[in-house]
Amino acid sequence: MSDTGLELHDVGYRYPNSDSAVFERLNFNIAPGEFVALVGGSGVGKSTVLRCVAGLIQPSSGRMQAPANTAKGTRPSAVVFQDTRLLPWRRLRANVGYGLAGLGLSKSERDARIDEVLALIGMKAFGERWPHEISGGQAQRVGLARALAVRPHILLMDEPFSAVDALTRSRLQDELLAIWKRLNMAVLFVTHDIAEAAYLADRVCVMGGSPARIVFDERVPVEHPRARENSELQYFAQRVSDAL
Amino acid sequence: MNDSRGRRLPRVGPSRTRRVAYGAFGVASFIALWKLAFVFNWAPRGTIPDPFVVPEALWQEYAGGRLLPAIGSSLVHYVWGLGVGTFLGFAVGLMAASARWFDDAHYMLARILRPIPPLAWVVFAIAWFQVSHAGAAFVISIGVFWVNYFATASGVRDVDPRYYELARAFGHGGFIKRVTSITLPGAAPGILSGMRTGVGQAWMTLIAAELLGVPGMGQEMNSAAGVGAYDAVVVYMLAISLIYTLSDGLFALIENRALRWRP
Repeated sequence: MSDTGLELHDVGYRYPNSDSAVFERLNFNIAPGEFVALVGGSGVGKSTVLRCVAGLIQPSSGRMQAPANTAKGTRPSAVVFQDTRLLPWRRLRANVGYGLAGLGLSKSERDARIDEVLALIGMKAFGERWPHEISGGQAQRVGLARALAVRPHILLMDEPFSAVDALTRSRLQDELLAIWKRLNMAVLFVTHDIAEAAYLADRVCVMGGSPARIVFDERVPVEHPRARENSELQYFAQRVSDAL
Repeated sequence: MNDSRGRRLPRVGPSRTRRVAYGAFGVASFIALWKLAFVFNWAPRGTIPDPFVVPEALWQEYAGGRLLPAIGSSLVHYVWGLGVGTFLGFAVGLMAASARWFDDAHYMLARILRPIPPLAWVVFAIAWFQVSHAGAAFVISIGVFWVNYFATASGVRDVDPRYYELARAFGHGGFIKRVTSITLPGAAPGILSGMRTGVGQAWMTLIAAELLGVPGMGQEMNSAAGVGAYDAVVVYMLAISLIYTLSDGLFALIENRALRWRP
């Protein structure tokens, strides 16, 4: 793992042909191995921040320091999408291995990576299935596995559990925590669900206003593992809610 | 079991038998009507063949050494015309949908050339290639080209742009990787459906192109009609129907194999 985390200095973004910025002078950082939740109402630009960090779009102002790519066979970051975005024409194994091409890994190394992450999400037996043959929760797990396969320094998750039912969601949250503990990578978790942010993250940042800024940035005062009904956690969630 | 596009329909035993029985009844009714038309001379005398002599005529054409060479000759320009038209239609359609400058540069030309029926090119086919396989293949390829051009271009344009974002996020942002990992598989249903339409379209223009005298089934039909042997004409019509059914079935197998990821 690299030593540098992620740092954003006065980062702003405006859409081409638009006068007003989505967000402006955004400052926050994520230490290596840290789990940060980015919370905000819909349309506030949370996902846009995530896309800037992922390098999918260029910020229009400011400076961003992302983890450097040091180790062979890894990517600095990897994205887990809300809509899973599995490629329907690839079997699950091939979907999981999608990011491994061009990393200088041999066929057997790639296969080993795929087996490893499929085991991690408990879907080892599903590799030869097509995406349409699995449930929404399983598809979300495979999307996570695809990101984990490239051993990212920072995992970027864009409202990954918002489209699954409540029961599946809490199960996926616990699985994510277990995987995060094992792999020791940084996580940027974008969500509009305050309880989810408070339950999962080391730190919660809230985006608000127009153009948006970080209006709240605090550590969650409860150590992992947490109980969802912990009163201190609920009090914290209330404060996040007030900041929104 | 399969509808015309080759996808499975839920159909159980008894109703399938029923369907086959109804289908056979439909064919038998048509032959009966045809026979009536023959017996009561609904058309100018001699121009409707007796349906019951068609098997005999089939044997005549086969034994006379005309049927198989005609089929073989037709297949030569069919395969060439289909192959060239499919490849060029696919390539130009892909370019039009993926390169803005190419789309801009060609759209007006496409709009001018598109309405010209393939058979209108017969004049130039004869002038440039004389009466030859190449001439017939040229005419066939034009019809096939347009079918594939439109199918490929719209198939590529309809690929969900979110997949391109995925490609960039996972190191497939370069042109070649993007085309092979997203564009082609994503557009494959449209592209293959266009190719399959082309397989049929090629037969339509083939017979007309051959009426000019390029050896093949169309020419045999023409010369049979010239001597009033309308039963032989029917033989070639049925031969075309059979070969089309076979080639379409073969392509359906390929298509289903390539698209087995579809639910």
